[in-house]
Amino acid sequence: MSILVVEDLVKHYTVRRGWFGGAAETVRAVDGVSFVIDSGECLGIVGESGSGKTTLTRAILGLERPTAGRIVFEGEDIHALSPKALRAQRARIQMVFQDPHASLNPRMSVRDIVAEPMEVHRDVLGLSGRQMTDRVAELLELVRMERGHLTRYPHEFSGGQRQRIGIARALACNPRLVVLDEPTSALDVSVQAQVLALLIGLQDQLGLTFLFISHDLAVVRYICHRAALIYRGKLVEDGPVDQIFDAPRTDYAKTLLAAMPDPDPGKSPFWGPAAQGKIQPDSEKGAP
Amino acid sequence: MALLDIKGLRLAMTSFDGETEVLKGIDLTIPQGAIAGVVGETGSGKSLTGLSVSRLVPTPPGRYLGGRILFDGHDMLAASEEEMRALRGTRISMIFQDPTTNLNPAFRISTQMVDAALAVASRDPDILSLPATARRRQKRAVARQLAIEMLGRVGIVDPAQRIDAYPHQFSGGMRQRVLIAMALIGRPKLLIADEPTTALDVSVQAQVLALIHSFVVDRGLTVMFITHNLGVVAQICNEVAVMRQGEIVEAGPVAKVLTSPAHAYTRALMASVPTREMKRGDLSFSVDPVEAAV
Repeated sequence: MSILVVEDLVKHYTVRRGWFGGAAETVRAVDGVSFVIDSGECLGIVGESGSGKTTLTRAILGLERPTAGRIVFEGEDIHALSPKALRAQRARIQMVFQDPHASLNPRMSVRDIVAEPMEVHRDVLGLSGRQMTDRVAELLELVRMERGHLTRYPHEFSGGQRQRIGIARALACNPRLVVLDEPTSALDVSVQAQVLALLIGLQDQLGLTFLFISHDLAVVRYICHRAALIYRGKLVEDGPVDQIFDAPRTDYAKTLLAAMPDPDPGKSPFWGPAAQGKIQPDSEKGAP
Repeated sequence: MALLDIKGLRLAMTSFDGETEVLKGIDLTIPQGAIAGVVGETGSGKSLTGLSVSRLVPTPPGRYLGGRILFDGHDMLAASEEEMRALRGTRISMIFQDPTTNLNPAFRISTQMVDAALAVASRDPDILSLPATARRRQKRAVARQLAIEMLGRVGIVDPAQRIDAYPHQFSGGMRQRVLIAMALIGRPKLLIADEPTTALDVSVQAQVLALIHSFVVDRGLTVMFITHNLGVVAQICNEVAVMRQGEIVEAGPVAKVLTSPAHAYTRALMASVPTREMKRGDLSFSVDPVEAAV
């Protein structure tokens, strides 16, 4: 059953040129994107910088009003909801951010950080302060941290632990959909492996639905069931990860896969057996 | 012959908690013409090793407890600041992770590149092939030509026009190319590249790696390539040193270290990298490199 349906989503921004409002230019950040996420699945959104990943997520979170198109979450068009209904809806879509150092308030204790969404959605959840503390302790155990960490502050934790706190916070309101924006790109590989394993475990245990945004194709293949590649605001290819990785249909997918650095030195384009023909750096085309 | 030879390098850093040894006896040799990878996780000391070679670690808070860095016959730790200034840019150059913060947004690319070329030329007049008595204006004109040539060399289309652009008019990949051009304008022997592709998209990363490789093949450049990405090491480097907690745990040819790692830490690191063949939940990370290290 589909939990989120994105239909022909378009978001254009108008940029003014010159000081006195000369000719306006339109930036087509997202230009007609459609996809569906089924309940309990992990969909990866892959794109390079400037491809429109962020705008797309902001629209799904209801932070950006689309120029055209619809975003239907659990049967309701989120941009047609009343402000009050939208607020309630937001408890069911939560987000984990990229940089665990920037996304936790250094002046708040772990208890307050993880309890904040419950505080915000108090009217929906109706938990007392004591109940919230219990729930935070439960959540910390869920992300394999200790109850004793409740009273500590973010600076006392490593990057991986902070990201776990961020994940606990995202789970606080029992969301249906969790949007993960490059949750491991700021982490070391060994810590990344642990966080990915934790996410897979949580998804299977709690039946969560993930929208996983990343530019790291290997990570996407590892955690996602399906992936969608976007390029310059358009959806280029989507399908099950096995199909995209083993039998890519579009040139863009092939280019991206070819550029993936493989940790096998035998496959090096410079020194490996494949390096017989000389590789010349491509010159960059066009303006930024 | 080894271009760079580090023996028993020990560095301590002072913080509020007292002095901590951050490099605990580094031994590293980089032969002429190699691309030597230095890999490690956060806090392993890989960047400090690179900064030590060009003596850019501020002392204090840093303090060298022992060891020696021999670069091209110079004892780097004994060299005066004046000697170091003469070496930086002409014999050793560095590029860093974030190409945006390393360019001044208020000046044109041309101004910044010409200034770099003139600074290098004041140490090594051969760069501009002008007599030392040449007029300032003449020097600037020649330096500009050299800058345009370098920009073309790093793959910027139409360099004679683009050189007068400001940094914000260039994309991230183009800015990193500009920095590579600027670093190589003084024809250094050693390029220390500290995470040069971490901030770039994969397709742009592949282009920058190909560019660095072409300088090694065509001009005999030697590169110390600092990164946390084992995939990048496997692609571009021919030598590698794996660092953990201020020590080198394993070093050798890439083909050997990455395909049959001898040390448990290297094996654990390799095991935590997802590859494109892996299926969901496949990653084996039974050995926890971080907790095993503490």
